[in-house]
Amino acid sequence: MQNALHEPQTVVLFGGTSEIGRAIASELIAPATRTLVLAVRHPDDAHPETFERDGLDVVVERFDATETDTHDAFVRRLAAAHGDLDVAIIAFGQLGDQAEFDAEPARAAEVLTVNYTGAVVVGLAVGGQMRRQGHGRLVVLSSVAGERTRAANHVYGSSKAGLDAFAQGLGDALRPHGVQVTAVRPGFVHTRMTRGMRAAPFATTPRVVGELAADGVRAGRHTVWTPSVLRYVFMVLRHLPRRVFRRLPLG
Amino acid sequence: MFPADPAARRSVLSGFGRSTRSAATLVEVDERELPAAIKSLPARGGIMRGLGRSYGDPAQNGGGHVLRLRSGPDAMVLDPAAGTLTASAGVSIDDVLRHVVPRGWFVPVTPGTRFVTVGGAIASDIHGKNHHRDGSFGNHVRRLRLMQADTTVVEVGPDRDAELFWATVGGMGLTGVILDATFDLLPIETSRIAVDVYRCDHLDDVMSEMVASEHDVRYSVAWIDLLARGPRLGRGVLTNGGHATIEQLGPDAAADPLAYDADQVVTVPPLVPPMGVINRLSVSAFNEAWFRKAPRRRVGDVQRIPTYFHPLDLVGDWNRVYGRDGFVQYQFVVPNDAVEVLRTIIERLAAARLPIFMTVLKRFGPGNPAPLSFPLAGWQLAVDIGVRHRSVAPLLRGFDDLVLGAGGRHYLAKDATLTAEQFRRGYPRLDEWRAVRDRVDPAGVWASDQSRRLGLTG
Repeated sequence: MQNALHEPQTVVLFGGTSEIGRAIASELIAPATRTLVLAVRHPDDAHPETFERDGLDVVVERFDATETDTHDAFVRRLAAAHGDLDVAIIAFGQLGDQAEFDAEPARAAEVLTVNYTGAVVVGLAVGGQMRRQGHGRLVVLSSVAGERTRAANHVYGSSKAGLDAFAQGLGDALRPHGVQVTAVRPGFVHTRMTRGMRAAPFATTPRVVGELAADGVRAGRHTVWTPSVLRYVFMVLRHLPRRVFRRLPLG
Repeated sequence: MFPADPAARRSVLSGFGRSTRSAATLVEVDERELPAAIKSLPARGGIMRGLGRSYGDPAQNGGGHVLRLRSGPDAMVLDPAAGTLTASAGVSIDDVLRHVVPRGWFVPVTPGTRFVTVGGAIASDIHGKNHHRDGSFGNHVRRLRLMQADTTVVEVGPDRDAELFWATVGGMGLTGVILDATFDLLPIETSRIAVDVYRCDHLDDVMSEMVASEHDVRYSVAWIDLLARGPRLGRGVLTNGGHATIEQLGPDAAADPLAYDADQVVTVPPLVPPMGVINRLSVSAFNEAWFRKAPRRRVGDVQRIPTYFHPLDLVGDWNRVYGRDGFVQYQFVVPNDAVEVLRTIIERLAAARLPIFMTVLKRFGPGNPAPLSFPLAGWQLAVDIGVRHRSVAPLLRGFDDLVLGAGGRHYLAKDATLTAEQFRRGYPRLDEWRAVRDRVDPAGVWASDQSRRLGLTG
């Protein structure tokens, strides 16, 4: 179990190559942390050495978000091998290319399976494990794109809208069991996934998202906006009439 | 979803520091119902919980069961001829004092709160202001009854299965359920404490005064102002005490020399702001006032038991003042030859400018045979620190290294931060304890969040 100083013993990162996920994990890892699991589709891309330090065991596990029938067994195996899972971060996701989806609608299925179906199934598996432990902190990487979907990325946005809604409900369901769920809603973040795209207003970096997400987790928040100002921006955007919203230059 | 037993319910529990939380099934039982409760423990096991005064996670068991023992009607039996009390494990020191003080007896050891149970007092091997001469609670226990993992009941003591007895003393409830215990009482003439107060302008004065007076007094403790710096570093107030004789009482008190009443004066309301009310400004003001209010030297001041021993109990739910994030009590002991470590830690705390008002500096006498008992001859310091401040974690990690490097250790009843590696360094007799535990609980029925965190159990 994590100690009174919010130091977890075990951290699991689903989507171990995600830059944002790695930034959140780096911020949550503390001197008392003994195990970091990087769950990744391609183990060769995991680069565990960037986390290595004395006393920290960095473990790379093959994990495919689309193989949902393996998720529960995977989580149980992790707990059997490493003890209680104190922190789990669900960070995998694909942006996809809206033009491609328009041309070939079936291509959207994979993005939806990864972003929503896979995340929900592994979220339920982790939630179940944490409920059995009576404690744990689950971080779910959502997006402001799910708060109000835009023309430019409505497949991605709808998958994050579903995932965010799932995370909010899961958090309430698990609260009496000592488990906390934090949905992180970044705005535009400069990463490999957004390389070459025009940055939206309030663009930020993985490091900032990591710091704010970790602060939010330690403070027990159910929702974290990064940067924080987006909370207020979306208070307004959420209520704009559609004909105004769709004309906004949001990148 | 709900357990069949109506006495069992899902609860999110934390320690007194309110900084460690986990959910478990809480089961209230009496001794008769206990075997069935033990047999129905889940894979995550069970742990006993008394009044929840441990600061961290030893009395919680995430995903498992947490048991509470109800006391029967014959919960306390006083034997004046032997000078002993036999009490059910669920009886509190508060209950004991209300029963024995008017009859001319006192507990052999009391911690800074009277809201601990007899079972908890043994499982944590609690100490008090008299450790330098009387040792810890376990030193005064003559026998106890223990229900083991297989539900058999054994009676153990220093002269009967001493191995299991001393593994249970300080064993954090991991050897079985303490059902009741017989312990020595101290005869007293009055319910008052004769207190000598010394206000000292520097840490060196506090420490030399403590060493100079310790052989003459039963109780001795100092409060340190951790916001004072420079030439006033570690200034503090030393309060030595002893049980007052009838001659020391005024005429009013002498009319009823064993009168005892202990009530809460106020309660901290449940709606404290989330950031708490403890900040550098409020604590600075408090510390200054507390220091100034102490006389430079006053001898033979007559005080009531709650005023001298349990001042924080006067304020109900005072642990709420640290706000939503809660706090830790950092308590350690270092051997006499490591006094420099103590000084360094006090210097660093003062330099960190943390809002700390609760501090206890004390001398310890030699430890007892229990492998997991905390006290060892030397200096102990306890400080309450809110965990909201981000500088706290690295600061405490630095202290851990100093304490463990000097052959010191941390108190498990307060611990909420140690790692398994640190714990092993502080308690080198762990394997000895584990051998006993493996004998009495081979299947690992007893477990707590702390026991998993520290690797005490599998």
